[in-house]
Amino acid sequence: MQFKSLTSTGLAALLVFLPVAALAQEADTTPTNADIGFIFTTFMFLVSGFLVFFMAAGFAMLEAGLVRSKNVTMQLTKNMALFSLASIFYYILGYNLMYPGDGWSVDGILGAFSITSLEPVGLEGAEPDLTYASVGSDFFFQLMFCAATASIVSGALAERIKLWPFLAFVIVLVAVIYPIQASWKWGGGFLDAMGFQDFAGSTVVHSVGGWAALTGAIILGPRLGKYKDGKVNPMPGSNLALATLGTFILWLGWFGFNGGSQLYMDTSGNVADISRIFSNTNTAAAAGAVAALILTQLLYKKPDLTMILNGALAGLVSITAEPLTPSLVSATLIGAVGGVIVVFAVPLLDRLKIDDVVGAIPVHLFAGIWGTLAVCFTNSAASFSVQLTSIVIVGAFVTVSSAVVWLLLKAMFGLRVSEEAEITGLDRSELGMEAYPEFSGS
Amino acid sequence: MKLIIATIKPFKLDEVRTALTDAGVSGMMVTEIKGFGAQSGHTEIYRGAEYAVNFVPKVKLEIAVPASMADQVVSIISTTARTGKIGDGKIFVLDLEQAMRVRTGETNEDAL
Repeated sequence: MQFKSLTSTGLAALLVFLPVAALAQEADTTPTNADIGFIFTTFMFLVSGFLVFFMAAGFAMLEAGLVRSKNVTMQLTKNMALFSLASIFYYILGYNLMYPGDGWSVDGILGAFSITSLEPVGLEGAEPDLTYASVGSDFFFQLMFCAATASIVSGALAERIKLWPFLAFVIVLVAVIYPIQASWKWGGGFLDAMGFQDFAGSTVVHSVGGWAALTGAIILGPRLGKYKDGKVNPMPGSNLALATLGTFILWLGWFGFNGGSQLYMDTSGNVADISRIFSNTNTAAAAGAVAALILTQLLYKKPDLTMILNGALAGLVSITAEPLTPSLVSATLIGAVGGVIVVFAVPLLDRLKIDDVVGAIPVHLFAGIWGTLAVCFTNSAASFSVQLTSIVIVGAFVTVSSAVVWLLLKAMFGLRVSEEAEITGLDRSELGMEAYPEFSGS
Repeated sequence: MKLIIATIKPFKLDEVRTALTDAGVSGMMVTEIKGFGAQSGHTEIYRGAEYAVNFVPKVKLEIAVPASMADQVVSIISTTARTGKIGDGKIFVLDLEQAMRVRTGETNEDAL
């Protein structure tokens, strides 16, 4: 009752009337024990959800900082558009495809095809599952994961892909590809039944974005002039201050990403677990950054900030498959290996002439695979063969489905901008709007 | 009159300016430039890939002085800007035909 009056009268009225209302209905305001768990878990999902939402800003800033200044407006446009499209298409198709409950179309493999609907206002006439959380909070939280998957793709393909074919891919990814494979684990599908362990999505989220990015980067081809005469030509990013801000924002958002994936905040045990997760998540990120700092100093004689940023993110991705069971020392090692993977994988992709502008593939795919396998070190419920099988199944599904979509889009519309447009920069050629017009000299 | 053109390492600019004004030089033009000479660039590493920096940042000074001061100015620049390491720069001395101060119309040495 009191919660209903909160929403309808607003904050100012609340401050005035709350003491009076509390006095008048003192006996009614104490929620039942069953309600308390529901309230706290729902609240936890909402807080975690907006932390993960902020990762959209993190991705946008990271990518804006690592592309050249002539492509910044386009990169920001893609980030804005992809998040918004994910928000719409995830409720139209994605959510029930991912969480069909008892409504599987093909049991354990293909979820339900229906539009998401929320609980009635004030839970009027509804019987919510008081052992869990409100549908609205769960939808809100899960949507943010789906959007994060799409953000991973945009960075890898930056500076050369056309806007609309990219957005078309995003729609298929968030509405179909991501929800189907996520239902296999988190929706209670066949990977879950096999015993696959992926706490917050090293595989379900990060490697899925990574596979889609890898497939796209191969089909799209490298930026003009990136690989010439057998040499790699670096194209330094426009603004490392923004890239660093973006990395810290992602780091912040990850506390919601991993912490919220505990899924319950109704007992002291769950609250303590969320605290473990926050601490382990932070430790792994720090270890990834330190590993990249030391390794770039040793390998290249100077530390490389862009690698340190990638190292921190790789540490975060590595711990995401199991942020709960490791000790702080284990979390340090798991994250540090993630940082090491990035420092070696970035030049490796260059040798293969796969142009990944922001390092999304090493960070999200390679560290995601590592993190998924590393679950076996600290969680006795995980089996190495099941983890590996699941990685391969998800990888095969996402690679094949992404490749089909990329190739179809390529045949229908073409994926790349023209040579002239790419050299001029997508900001001026595709948008007619520059991020830094005072500095362009045009 | 002589026009002295000097390229020096950017971090030496303040020192050179102070030494020259102490010696009575009343003005100079300063430009940030890039170029190569004996130093001929170097390599940097970005995300594990080595790349050549073919042009090194320098500062170019242009100083117009009476012919009698030219040798002194050259010697001040060369001693002040010298680190002994490769890339210290070069000094060129040219004959200057004419000079005018825009505000007053004074010409030649009166204009310097």
